[in-house]
Amino acid sequence: MAKRVVLLIGTKKGVFIAQSNEAREDWALSGPFCDTWPINHVIGDAETGTIYAAGGNAWFGPSVWKSSDLGGTWTRSGEGLAYAEGEEPVTSAWSLAKAHGDIHVGVEPAGLFISKDDGQSFSHVAALRGHPSRETWVPGAGGLILHSIVKHPEDPDQVWVAISTAGVFHTEDGGKTFSARNKGTRAGFMPEGMQYPDTGQCVHCIVMAAGRPDRLYQQNHTGMYRCDDGGEQWVSIEEGLPSEFGFPAAAHPHDPDTVYFIPLNGAIEGRYVPDGKAAVWRSRDAGATWTALRTGLPQENAFFGVLRQAMATDNLDQAGIYFGSNTGALYASRDEGDSWSMIAQHLPVIHSVETMVIHD
Amino acid sequence: MPDALLRLYPEAERRFSLAAADVGSLIDALDRQWPGMGHCLKDSRPAVRKHISIMIDGERARLDTPIPPGVIVHVLTAISGG
Repeated sequence: MAKRVVLLIGTKKGVFIAQSNEAREDWALSGPFCDTWPINHVIGDAETGTIYAAGGNAWFGPSVWKSSDLGGTWTRSGEGLAYAEGEEPVTSAWSLAKAHGDIHVGVEPAGLFISKDDGQSFSHVAALRGHPSRETWVPGAGGLILHSIVKHPEDPDQVWVAISTAGVFHTEDGGKTFSARNKGTRAGFMPEGMQYPDTGQCVHCIVMAAGRPDRLYQQNHTGMYRCDDGGEQWVSIEEGLPSEFGFPAAAHPHDPDTVYFIPLNGAIEGRYVPDGKAAVWRSRDAGATWTALRTGLPQENAFFGVLRQAMATDNLDQAGIYFGSNTGALYASRDEGDSWSMIAQHLPVIHSVETMVIHD
Repeated sequence: MPDALLRLYPEAERRFSLAAADVGSLIDALDRQWPGMGHCLKDSRPAVRKHISIMIDGERARLDTPIPPGVIVHVLTAISGG
């Protein structure tokens, strides 16, 4: 049966969708959807073909939008996306993950919600904001935001979340309790001697290795990391990369040792690709060594960055890799990153890129 | 009702009559008639959302502001949120 590759693009002005066949040579772009709301993350459920988009409008607050017909029509709900009366308002939905029939939603200010009715309503997973470290959570440059959610593929009770600037937290009891998982990750913006706290790291993105739920890769404000024990102990894998700073990470869909990062030139250096030359960096050995992938990417006067959720892979045999820039350009590789082409440009600031492969 | 809200609730009317003692009750009544609209207009503080203005007699109202009989209530999306 023929497959359709669907790219789900969250932008500052709505959702865009790009579609192609398995060849991934020609792409058809549609959008903007969701009433041009700022959309922070868009995911797809390949089993049902349903698309979910998390965002927030300055007037109307947070919502998760949903489409079951590849963007033709949408519904929207913010029911329950709020903290208890008297608490600070939830301003925007920032991250999504769906597995085991439930949808988890990360929000700003940082917290976690769950939907058990496919996005019609949401309830607060209060134990996360009840963590003893809560009073020490401070906003990053973009705000205090739960940026990244990873769910265990077999165990519905295990979820990892990443917060700027509080760190990685993990639950193994379905959200009743959370523990910090930041050992070995650096909070480089803190004074010497205080750079390895239990919590307070600025974690931009965490992803899970294919077929190995114990292995996670992390892009942090200060460093790239890998763990092989569910986050109990992280090890630095940034040696060989041009910078410790970056936003997204993407795990190969089939090989747990292959991972992609896009290092940027530094938190106070402009946050664009180093030396104005774009590259995606790939490791085939779990971060021991790195290769810069530049073919087809601009190698002069490139001053764009790529945000936290704006890189993804598809799950075809020869994996496709995709990223979207904060200057509205969308790049694709159909040979695992060896070569790239720009498949869309002049989009609004791209906040997220995810893929969904469905049968036609 | 503002254009941006009507885009989310195309079945709602721009001008209509509704009985409510105060702004909070008005928002609750709107939510009963158009489910989810209450979430769009007030937050958990609880207060009218920061970038929404509910105007009564030219003044910006709060949730506890009384609504005199026969008055026109304007729901505006503040320019600050645009």
